[in-house]
Amino acid sequence: MKNTISHRVADFLKNFPPFNFLQPKEIELLSEQISIIYKEKDSVIFAENEETHTSFYVVHKGAVALINSSENDVLDMCDEGDIFGLRPLIANENYKMEAKTFEETILYAIPIAFFKPYAQDNRAVGNFLIESFASNTLNPYSKSHRGKLYGENIGTETVENDKNLIDIQPVKYSKKIVTCSSITTAKSIAETMTKKNVGAILVLEDKLPIGIITDKDLRNKIVTGEYPITTTAGVIMTSPVITYSKKLTITQAQMAMMKSNISHLCLTKDGTPNTKAIGILSKHDVMVALGNNPAVLIKAVKRAKKYKDIKPIRASIMHLLQGYLDQNIPMTLTSKIITELNDVCIQQVIAIALKKMSTPPPVKFAWLALGSQGRSEQLLHTDQDNALVYENVSEELETKTKKYFLELATHVNKGLFDIGYEYCPAEMMASNPKWCLSLKEWKNQVHHWITNPGKNEVLLSFIFFDYSLSYGATEIVNNLSDYIFDTINANPVFYVHLVSGALQSPSPTGFFRQFLLEQDGANKDFFDIKRRALMPLADAARVLIISHSVKSISNTPERFEKLAELEPTNKELYLACSYSYKALLKFRTKQGLLHHDSGQYIALESLSKLEKIKLKRTFKTIKELQEIITIRFNVSNIL
Amino acid sequence: MIHFFKKSKNWVLSFLKKFEKPIDEILLQEVDATRFIVLDTETTGFDYTNDRILCIGAIPLQNGVIAIADSFEVYIKQDHYDKTSAQIHGILKDWVMDRPNEIEALQEFLHYLGDSIIIAHHTTFDVTMINRALERNGLPVLKNKTLDTAVLYKRTLLNSNLLDRKDNYTLDELADKFDISKKDRHTAMGDAYITAIAFLKITNKLRNKKVLLLKQLYR
Repeated sequence: MKNTISHRVADFLKNFPPFNFLQPKEIELLSEQISIIYKEKDSVIFAENEETHTSFYVVHKGAVALINSSENDVLDMCDEGDIFGLRPLIANENYKMEAKTFEETILYAIPIAFFKPYAQDNRAVGNFLIESFASNTLNPYSKSHRGKLYGENIGTETVENDKNLIDIQPVKYSKKIVTCSSITTAKSIAETMTKKNVGAILVLEDKLPIGIITDKDLRNKIVTGEYPITTTAGVIMTSPVITYSKKLTITQAQMAMMKSNISHLCLTKDGTPNTKAIGILSKHDVMVALGNNPAVLIKAVKRAKKYKDIKPIRASIMHLLQGYLDQNIPMTLTSKIITELNDVCIQQVIAIALKKMSTPPPVKFAWLALGSQGRSEQLLHTDQDNALVYENVSEELETKTKKYFLELATHVNKGLFDIGYEYCPAEMMASNPKWCLSLKEWKNQVHHWITNPGKNEVLLSFIFFDYSLSYGATEIVNNLSDYIFDTINANPVFYVHLVSGALQSPSPTGFFRQFLLEQDGANKDFFDIKRRALMPLADAARVLIISHSVKSISNTPERFEKLAELEPTNKELYLACSYSYKALLKFRTKQGLLHHDSGQYIALESLSKLEKIKLKRTFKTIKELQEIITIRFNVSNIL
Repeated sequence: MIHFFKKSKNWVLSFLKKFEKPIDEILLQEVDATRFIVLDTETTGFDYTNDRILCIGAIPLQNGVIAIADSFEVYIKQDHYDKTSAQIHGILKDWVMDRPNEIEALQEFLHYLGDSIIIAHHTTFDVTMINRALERNGLPVLKNKTLDTAVLYKRTLLNSNLLDRKDNYTLDELADKFDISKKDRHTAMGDAYITAIAFLKITNKLRNKKVLLLKQLYR
């Protein structure tokens, strides 16, 4: 029955997912079936293990807490427009948690029997529900519920996406072909090609391609004087034409050109010279298509002779990153590839800088990437954090050696700046004498941090302990790593400081379901995803991995994966952490690409409900993780 | 005693209903099992004798749940029409032209209402309008118990001389006070909805965490 109240309900629902994916007419119909429920504060909507209701719920006003009653732990807080109680829609089992009003609340109860067809017919609706359902459950990474609504379809779709990774995409060829007949003179051919700005012209006879004339043909045959400028196309053309069908992939096209040593392929209707020509594919087209290929980019970086040659390549890397994110390539793979590319850029900068030096390095050295670059998590252009360590030298050579490496580091820092890395505002760069030390000096430095852990020392060790080798001698770095572990093991009290440092990162949510926004400064009212969400995870991962004396894994998700392996009891949490970190990183990266900044500060109102849900559900994981390290590294437990 | 009888009768009724309904709805329900009908009428004016009902909107309320599918809305064809009240309710004469006539609408309504307790804002007006209509059509008048949110609301206010207590609170004031959207104000259904939410919020205040007996509302 259509009436005023159902209009009112529809008017509300249309603003929130998944209902906004429905047609207005569908929302109207649905609204007529809804019950409006009023609940006072602290009333239970459903209890844990209660048999499921015939409806799921949308919060119209107020707030509902989803509680794990055995531990009395609030798992999620739903406010206006949030949906909950989805279990009966997805699984045929009793509720796994309790839903209780946090304040006076008005709910819309949506009959599942009536709603289910929409969820099944409309992919956007279904996906949203699954996402929301997962966010309400303990393990945010419960992908196992996928497919419950659709069978196996979702899986196959991802496979299709992955295909785009490998360069077997069909080629993009130019459809406007420039043609002439076999009696056209070389002069007018050259004029046409100049006018149309093409490098090749097809010679047709009865609409079929009989030959091709390229810039090269004109150069070799006409300009050399071998033939006069009045020669006709039939004489100078290359014939027969190599033809292919338009279903050609980039790799095939590349192979074909290499095989016949030609620069242009003619595409015909069925791939033989006996059908109509439909397009032309040049080497340039292939190169453009391959521009998004990491291997080609690496090659280009390695060919660079000046810093500024690398800069445009870095722009292509950002383009590639955007493409990966759009295609939903797994974050692990994305960050690996992008980090690899960034590393190559840094290595090339160092190689160029070394050439600028009048002499080769007096001793072996290692260039260390610190912080997020060290953790292989720096996808966007951010500040440079780096350090240099060189082999110990005799006292009389000390000053001279230091001078050499400081000069080198200054060149490198300048080079990195030129290719797009901002200088570190805290001067944490190898050109700073404090961050350009011999192995012996670094050991003293680290020993000082560990044995005198003040606030600054802990902070510095946080940044430094995430180092990874960008360039230079591995053995120096290993030597240093071993020293760090030995020193920490000899001074267990340092863990307490590491943990308190790790817990210092402010919490992502406030007392009640709000994101905590920055209170002041230029980023007032923005959400600081780095400080409030990424850092707590990275800090905790570092403490835990150091406590296991695992060296050479500095990437946070990888650290969590290793931890899951080392501590089977906490496996689920660690995997959730790894996932959350990747999700957050992806989030930050997307935001950064969108706004052309570091992505650190996020304007919440710019996020969709779905994005907020995704973001929020990582927070639960952070909280659990912080609890673990608080207990484990309690002062009394260590000493 | 009468209240007690009424209460136990309702209890028996709801007890019987429990067997018809799927088990999960019983778990949804808590204490108060009384079925209310919250209603509002739009009329051609305020004169009980000359003015007529143009629309009745009613929604069921039980245990804090309003089932939209069970709501009731009827526009009534009337010969009498007053242009001035049209400004308020926005019901044009043409709009009600091919609607059910008064007697059909009333019979439908009576069937829908059953023995539920009526809740309205300024209930006397709505009930009197309906009763006059019933009399005109030779039907028995309503015997249902009624509750008035305008009266009940005053019970939530502090009984203090410092507080400037008005004699009369409009539905608009209640909506503002309880943060209920005034969208659809002055449509029968819209007003019935506001009244229903206001009623729920009032009883919540009066309840004070304890089980609220129906008789307390009639005190």
